[in-house]
Amino acid sequence: MKEKLEKIKAEAIRQISTSDALDKLNDVRVNFLGKKGELTAVLKSMKEVAPEDRPKVGQLVNEAREEIERVLEEARAGMEKKLREAKMKAEVIDVTLPAQKNNVGHRHPNTIALEEVERIFIGMGYEVVEGPEIEKDYYNFEALNIPADHPAKDEQDTFYVNADILLRTQTSGVQVHEMEKGRLPIRMIAPGRVFRADEVDATHSPSFHQIEGLVIDKNITFADLKGTLAEFAKELFGEDTKVKFRPHHFPFTEPSAEMDVSCFKCGGRGCRFCKGEGWIEILGCGMVHPKVLKMCNINPEEYTGFAFGVGLERIALLKYEIDDMRLLYENDIRFLKQF
Amino acid sequence: MNTPLSWIRAYVPDLTCGDKEYMDAMTLSGTKVEGFTRLDKNLENIVVGKIEKIERHPDADKLIICQVNIGIQTIQIVTGAPNLKEGDYVPTVLDGGRVAGGHDGGPLPENGIKIKAGKLRGIESNGMMCSIEELGSSRDFYPEAPENGVYVFQKEVTPGEDAVAALGLHDTVVEYEVTSNRVDCYSVLGIAREAAATFRKPFHAPKVVAEGNGEDVNNYVSVEVQDTKLCTRYCARVCKNIKIAPSPEWMQRRLAACGIRPINNLVDITNYVMMEYGQPMHAYDLNMVAGHKIIVRRAQDGDEFCTLDGQVRMLDADMLMICDAEKEIGLAGIMGGENSKITDEVQTVLFEAATFNGANIRRSSKRVGLRTDASGIFEKGLDARNAEAAINRACQLIEELGCGEVVSGLVDVKAPFAPLREIAFEPERINKFLGTEIAREEMLAIFDRLELFYNADTGMITAPSFRQDVECFADIAEEVARFYGYDKIPTTLPSGEAMTGKLPFKLRIEEKARDIAEYCGFSQGMCYSFESPKVFDKLLLPMDSPLRQTVTISNPLGEDFSVMRTISLNGILTSLATNYNRRNKNVRLYELGNIYIPKSVPVVDYPDERMQFTLGMYGDGDFFTMKGVVEEFLEHIGMKHKATYDPDAGKPFLHPGRQALIQYDDTVIGYLGEIHPEVADNYDIDTKVYVAVLDMPEILPFASFDRKYEGIAKYPAVSRDISMVVPKSVLVGDIEKIICQRGGKILEDYQLFDIYEGEQIKEGFKSVAYSITFRAKDRTLEESDVSGAMKKILNGLEGLGIELRA
Repeated sequence: MKEKLEKIKAEAIRQISTSDALDKLNDVRVNFLGKKGELTAVLKSMKEVAPEDRPKVGQLVNEAREEIERVLEEARAGMEKKLREAKMKAEVIDVTLPAQKNNVGHRHPNTIALEEVERIFIGMGYEVVEGPEIEKDYYNFEALNIPADHPAKDEQDTFYVNADILLRTQTSGVQVHEMEKGRLPIRMIAPGRVFRADEVDATHSPSFHQIEGLVIDKNITFADLKGTLAEFAKELFGEDTKVKFRPHHFPFTEPSAEMDVSCFKCGGRGCRFCKGEGWIEILGCGMVHPKVLKMCNINPEEYTGFAFGVGLERIALLKYEIDDMRLLYENDIRFLKQF
Repeated sequence: MNTPLSWIRAYVPDLTCGDKEYMDAMTLSGTKVEGFTRLDKNLENIVVGKIEKIERHPDADKLIICQVNIGIQTIQIVTGAPNLKEGDYVPTVLDGGRVAGGHDGGPLPENGIKIKAGKLRGIESNGMMCSIEELGSSRDFYPEAPENGVYVFQKEVTPGEDAVAALGLHDTVVEYEVTSNRVDCYSVLGIAREAAATFRKPFHAPKVVAEGNGEDVNNYVSVEVQDTKLCTRYCARVCKNIKIAPSPEWMQRRLAACGIRPINNLVDITNYVMMEYGQPMHAYDLNMVAGHKIIVRRAQDGDEFCTLDGQVRMLDADMLMICDAEKEIGLAGIMGGENSKITDEVQTVLFEAATFNGANIRRSSKRVGLRTDASGIFEKGLDARNAEAAINRACQLIEELGCGEVVSGLVDVKAPFAPLREIAFEPERINKFLGTEIAREEMLAIFDRLELFYNADTGMITAPSFRQDVECFADIAEEVARFYGYDKIPTTLPSGEAMTGKLPFKLRIEEKARDIAEYCGFSQGMCYSFESPKVFDKLLLPMDSPLRQTVTISNPLGEDFSVMRTISLNGILTSLATNYNRRNKNVRLYELGNIYIPKSVPVVDYPDERMQFTLGMYGDGDFFTMKGVVEEFLEHIGMKHKATYDPDAGKPFLHPGRQALIQYDDTVIGYLGEIHPEVADNYDIDTKVYVAVLDMPEILPFASFDRKYEGIAKYPAVSRDISMVVPKSVLVGDIEKIICQRGGKILEDYQLFDIYEGEQIKEGFKSVAYSITFRAKDRTLEESDVSGAMKKILNGLEGLGIELRA
């Protein structure tokens, strides 16, 4: 019996080793292990074996079966591996052929710059707010300590609808709207479109964007203004950016300043980009004028604050090295695709 | 404002810093220096030469050979200058030296022009004699220079001395940006004061003495001010026996450096005082002043007046006039009249130094359309105390320059001066405000330098009258800050409770709009808010369209930018046209921008500013591509119901058979369609253009970022296909409405999988096929559930005149 089993096993392994296709392996499985297979036949003939030998023979049959199955499996795995390799070999592609893109559109550089600025200030706890683009004289000028007949109100700069209504020339009016709400403290930025009567050229547009910032709280200091804007400059232009504050004048802040950043092209050594100065003027800022606070019913003895205004196009032009402002409003797809 | 640094040094003699140091320090203390120009830039090795001998060039008619004495030796120079004679003293650049420019006065080369010895037509020439243009200047500033030829010194000079110094060109002209609050700094004295404070050097104001000849000015002229609100002070003095001549060289140089062309001693003195004191002055020929009387009063509506530039100006009753006993002789603070213009024959001059209401001058100057140097200063509002000093300074100069004889006394008509402002000195509050720890004594030292007077008894600071900008605590804090140094103030972040930053819902939805548009291949454009009223015609809007009611700009840059848009399409169509014209293929653009709908015309209140999400495209894709973008957007902002589309959109600018209103829960939220071919023609786009406009204010109430997981169906779905023949007029939208209404709770989805018209379908009909899916959340559907729902749907469809196909 034992020899018979050994013989069957040896025959099976021989046939496996000479099989060259999966279906032939399957034949071997059916011929030896199937219902009518040779090993199965041995099991079926167990009744001819003496009862005391049956467990032993059973064990032998199972051993032979396991061995055949193992060899079969090995052969099958090897064969499948070879087949897969052959298949993959036939599937080689030219990976340098062109990509199939989804042609996702592009954001306007102004928006990219704006979202960057918003991200920085939202991170510092500022709320983004909006105000009307067509504004009343009171909010655009008077409440900002720019009384009637101030040169800044000159008709050459401001588009008027009538004596009382105009296209806002600055986002600063949003400060007033926000303070009038009477909810203190305030930390806000107000991005938006503004208008000035400038003819279109490479550096001027009658319509452009500003981002206004306002912080009102107890104990806000000029040092806080400096610290906040220095942080902003670093976030926007890089960790090594230095800032310089120069005294300036805005009617609605006192003291007022203009902020320069160290040229991010040359690091401040002076280059064509910064006209050899090493510094680039970036924004105007200052401590909110007590008159402005009073007009908004905020007690300047109790509350102080700072405000700033950034030209969005200025940032976009600088950051992305765009040399002509007209490109921003032409919407040529070859321009937009670069952002 | 430009001044030569030498003029500043005249009042701050200890100022020794270099140009760059001056520029940086002044800028950091608040007097912004825009730039500076060295007048001796590229002028090297230039001395005074005396022409000893002139001979003709043997081989060139237009050249001469000069022997030029340059002190230590005599050199030979060949020149083509036509204006030279023996004995002339001329600026001479020696071999190896450098001049600023060419003799044609064109733009100056950055590094000047190097001069080398050489031969001119065979004759040795060892230098060059210079024209004023070659020295980097012009005849405007050196009127004595010849129109064509070498500059010849009119004053006494010595051969060999520095010719650049002799010409007064060793100087720097500094350009300042003076802020509008510092009217005192529109003057040399004002800037000199700031310079003295910045560099901690003493400031020496000019000593003004102009006693005059002992006669009484009141015998010459009287002044009456009828409107003391508009004219707060009027000072008048008289000078007689006037001798008009060129002003001295030093005065010409200073004026020239400020960009003012020297004219004659009298005009130059008034300009000089305006520069020095920041007080515009006017000079009248007293013999032309009828009755020798000055009356300051308002004009009358409809008056006409000829200013000294020869222009006739229309006046009104808000304009302040300087008049004599009979007539108007000057437009106050703006320009004098032709009828009292100074001529070279003038014998007796009346000087005027007055203070006018700044706002009134500004308005008048605007209304007559004439802005002068004087009005530009007056409109900032001048210090009335300054007028007297200025007029006396002018008289002093008349005496010093030998220009005439000053009559003693001053006619001075004035309203009481505004009291000097007093502000409490609060050092702790200043430090708390600035975030600094500046010692009280340091603050007081700063005030001292600025002539801010501190009274230790009252604890008050008194601002000098010329510092009209110093009004309150914050102004005092600024003075401390800018002289302590902005750069020395620490940098901190605001203390106080932490606040949460946020982007409001509206802006988050707009951000989503950008994202979805871009995923769908659209790039963001930006368009102007104002456009031409012709846009309405281009868009074929009927004359009575409410969209033609606009917010209109009263002073636009031109008609093309005169109305605030009431419809957003023009911007996107113009941008598409630009791209089409430039042969860019497959262009997809979107824009997020406001339209402005007036609540009434004329506009009396804020208009309705409505954010529009506008998409436009040409090239690949069609109506349904655009519709897909709209639905992607709605889905991503949480608008889960199905939008419906009404083909009767009534948009004249869209193809009549390819347009639809977009509705959501019965609210119109926008429209989309193919641009009407005539409109496309108007924009010169020769292809199909598709647009969609979403009215964001209508969308926002439906939008949401809330999401809820509804589970994934566990039980199998059952599908039924139906195929039908329907009249062409029936929209698939109508069919879908029936399916929706009648499918019941178990209706999960329906998909149009075939639509066909043509052969095999009778005329006026189309074949439409749907696959309808049913599913229950809690059980496996029975055949009866499905057939019941289908029956209801089919009954409904029959109501539309639809026949089912087998």
